[in-house]
Amino acid sequence: MNKNFIQEEILRSSGVNPKKCMKCGKCSATCPAYDEMEYHPHQFVSMVENGDIEPLMNSKSLYRCLSCFACIDRCPRSVQPAKLVEAVRLAVVRQQGKNHLTANDIPELIDDETPQQLLVSAFRKYTK
Amino acid sequence: MKVSYFPGCTLKNKAKDLDEYARKSAEVLGITLEEIQDWQCCGGVFTTAKNEIATKLSSVRALKDAAAKEQPLVSVCSACHNVIKQTNHAMQTDSDFATKVNNYMAEESLYTGETQVYHYLEMLRDLVGFDALKEKVVNALSGKKIAAYYGCLLLRPNGVMQMDDPENPQIMENFIRAIGATPVLYAMRNECCGGYISMESPDLAANKSNAVVKNAVAAGADMIITACPLCKYNLIKNGAEIPVVYFTEVLAEALGVKEDTNE
Amino acid sequence: MQRVGVFVCWCGSNIAGTVDVAAVAEALKNEPGVVFSTDYQYMCSQAGQDIIKNAIAEHNLTGIVVCSCSPRMHEATFRKTAAAAGLNPYMVEIANIREQCSWVHKDMTTGTEKAIILGKAAVAKVNLNTPLTPGESPVTKRALVIGGGIAGIQTALDIADAGFPVDIVETKPTIGGKMAQLDKTFPTLDCAACILTPKMVDVAQNEKIRIFSYSEVEEVGGFVGNFDVKIKKKARYVKEDICTGCGACVDKCPMKKNPNEFNLGMDNRPAIYIPFAQAVPKVATIDPNACNMLKNGKCGLCARVCAAGAIDYTQKDEIIEEKYGAIVVATGFNPISMEKFDEFAYNQSKDVITSLEFERLTNAAGPTAGHLERPSDGKSPKTIVFVQCVGSRCDACSEKGKEYCSKICCMYTAKHAMLTRDKYPDTDVYVFYIDVRTPGKNFDEFYRRAVEEFGVKYIKGMVGKVTPEGDKLKVQASDLLSNKQLHIDADLVVLAAAIEPDKSARPLATMLTASMDTNDFFTEAHPKLRPVESPTAGVFLSGACQGPKDIPETVSQAGAAASKVIGLLAKDKLTGNPCVAHSNELMCNGCSSCERVCPYGAITYEDKEFRMPNRTTKIRRVASVNPAVCQGCGACTVACPSGAMDLKGFANSQIIAEVDAICK
Repeated sequence: MNKNFIQEEILRSSGVNPKKCMKCGKCSATCPAYDEMEYHPHQFVSMVENGDIEPLMNSKSLYRCLSCFACIDRCPRSVQPAKLVEAVRLAVVRQQGKNHLTANDIPELIDDETPQQLLVSAFRKYTK
Repeated sequence: MKVSYFPGCTLKNKAKDLDEYARKSAEVLGITLEEIQDWQCCGGVFTTAKNEIATKLSSVRALKDAAAKEQPLVSVCSACHNVIKQTNHAMQTDSDFATKVNNYMAEESLYTGETQVYHYLEMLRDLVGFDALKEKVVNALSGKKIAAYYGCLLLRPNGVMQMDDPENPQIMENFIRAIGATPVLYAMRNECCGGYISMESPDLAANKSNAVVKNAVAAGADMIITACPLCKYNLIKNGAEIPVVYFTEVLAEALGVKEDTNE
Repeated sequence: MQRVGVFVCWCGSNIAGTVDVAAVAEALKNEPGVVFSTDYQYMCSQAGQDIIKNAIAEHNLTGIVVCSCSPRMHEATFRKTAAAAGLNPYMVEIANIREQCSWVHKDMTTGTEKAIILGKAAVAKVNLNTPLTPGESPVTKRALVIGGGIAGIQTALDIADAGFPVDIVETKPTIGGKMAQLDKTFPTLDCAACILTPKMVDVAQNEKIRIFSYSEVEEVGGFVGNFDVKIKKKARYVKEDICTGCGACVDKCPMKKNPNEFNLGMDNRPAIYIPFAQAVPKVATIDPNACNMLKNGKCGLCARVCAAGAIDYTQKDEIIEEKYGAIVVATGFNPISMEKFDEFAYNQSKDVITSLEFERLTNAAGPTAGHLERPSDGKSPKTIVFVQCVGSRCDACSEKGKEYCSKICCMYTAKHAMLTRDKYPDTDVYVFYIDVRTPGKNFDEFYRRAVEEFGVKYIKGMVGKVTPEGDKLKVQASDLLSNKQLHIDADLVVLAAAIEPDKSARPLATMLTASMDTNDFFTEAHPKLRPVESPTAGVFLSGACQGPKDIPETVSQAGAAASKVIGLLAKDKLTGNPCVAHSNELMCNGCSSCERVCPYGAITYEDKEFRMPNRTTKIRRVASVNPAVCQGCGACTVACPSGAMDLKGFANSQIIAEVDAICK
């Protein structure tokens, strides 16, 4: 897949303008999943801006964003990094047809109290 | 007053307490929750991509249903509320998205975000009024020190949710005051519990949940209330040392339609 | 018929780069009245002006059109050129083919076409110009300085030094402003009080300077050289001329628990107070919201202990009316509220403070006598985290912060961090920065010393969350260079809050009809060439009311503003603007529309006797314009339904001729 095409697609579907970023790192300072991520929110912004998207698409970091929107609210420049993470994740599950979670995995992962919301959210975030 | 009500899937199963006491309390407060017919699951999380249509249709259907009845749409689960409000906002502000959604639902009338979306807490604040709520309290929870746990979904993204100041919210604290208890302020009240990561990475979820509970306890809380089944699950599963209950439970208790919260 | 000369300027490549100047000169040759047309590289230069002068003489020109930059830039220049050649200066028209043409177009064909059209409009207008003669008005040789911080103090001292009387109006009970609250000043670390308080004393002792403290400007009328100002002197319930500042009343006052504004609420003051020991004027002020005598009529202790008999519970606000030739705005700044930034827990913990509060905490005259103690428990902080850019450099659509860089924070934070490490070497000091901006003499060297000599830990990154827990502040932050999320247990967090203009600036700007930008900073007449003048004649700008500034810059600008004031007050008469409104009394129907829209109060109505047919007379109510007050804004000409009101130099017929020329 053409590198520029993916970049454009990600920028378009996310609605994010990474050029607004002033590289303060507040998104990564506020991110609750930081330690689980190989690439951190501020890196998503600068790597997408530079068209360096391949490593992001291959990274587990895509599935670590909790959609807590803290980076969106606290960004002084209104960059909305979480929307970029989401757009790259969608590019992977759509274009590469990769499912990060299958129904077969579920029984092992749940307990008696697991709320439906958890299954639904996880499926939404991890699959096509 | 009648409002449209979107319970959501968890409230029909694991979070029955959230639903049951929401309905009972609303009746006491003079509001009838009319469940949307044939509602479908909201999907749990809002997909922020502009070109993601299908996963948002269930929310639009619920919103259209409420619009047809000219009623506000109320939900009580933080996640459902977040997804529905964000979808409604997209219908209002993203005409490209709205056109695609409306085209898909070709047989029905056009919808462009007319429905007013309320979280149950907003309904208490804006439609009932906390002062009016206070007057209906028969069993004030005096002496209880309650920590409100907002999590992420009620407040963010603030540009869309517009519920309260996302860094210094007051709505749940004012709710706690209205039912006669004392709110406990703590900084972690608007931080993430770990959400659905508990499926894949239980350690991270434990870490996040513990930090929330520890901070609330350090601030002197003897109970945590939440509006989110997943928050409650994560906090309890990771060994919260104080009770974690739905806000509708303490509401029902204060209104005299439930016996005791500390089961 | 006029004899018009056209002069097309290249402005180097500024105009000639996108406009074919020779083609413009050639095209305008054929316009009505044009007898001469040429182009030149720099029309504003000596050589360019000579071309104009020679052409006026040689071709007997009665009007000229200069196609060049904005009239705001060089209209005055070319009017002088015309006058030097014996032409009435108001027979000059400027066609702006730079800002409104060459700079906004990229294509030579389009640019040239538009330049020709603009030139044609100016020619059409100048054909209808008539010579105008400006009137003169006297100058009141007294200046008003609004704001008594370092900017106002320096401006007043410099004006007084030139021999002109100056009044300072300050809303607080003392002059001194923000600088009086500071501990040390960068980059030399002189003590702020040691360099400021002598200046405050100079102000107090200067015979030419009057201080109206605890006072506000209520109303401004008039115009340059002749401002009429009403000043409200708020009741301080103490006779200023009798109070000796002994402080006996302050000691005895029983109402002791009121937040002390001077220490930013970090300690208390009595209901009767003197803000600080070196206050000027050093007189007491009663806070009417705190005083039991004023609220309930019970107490009166201060009056009993005052040996001088200065207390006066019946004092009322007093209005002072004074005339001024010039007004200097020096209303200063404040840190923005941290209320909306509670990810830093400012509202939740006393140990999260702003940098200005930190100044008070380290000031020997502050609430802790200069010992760095945590506001919550008085313990010495062992780990301090400074956060830069809180509310500065935000996105334009941010509801929380400001779009601009507040400019002073990098340096004062370096100062705070350095002084802390110097005085308390066992303290860990972190500074989270986005960029360190230190452009100033000896500024970057200062910052480097903080890092290299004093061991301040500068971390490229931002704080995302501060969580108070137990007696610690858990700081979660990013370290972008080591690509880590940091978790620091801090004892004190200091926020470098963005600064914003004082809230009094906006209503003041309305009174002065001085313009402001979207951030409520006063706009200067020209950002480079007239930085201390407002576009409103006679109104000058000093200090942070015009934009974020440190002390060295403020003092330079204060001096510059003073020199502009002195230049104005040194004149005995001012030449007015002849382009003012006038009313054709025969057409005026007396409707008062013009009077209502005039922002300057220049229009009055009078009953006048008019001759009617058959030797009868009739008394009619008609408008009359005071040309000395009229600023030529033209609002009345638009409002007038009968077409009686017209503006000299911008007559309706001239504007229509321009429009016709453009639309032809």
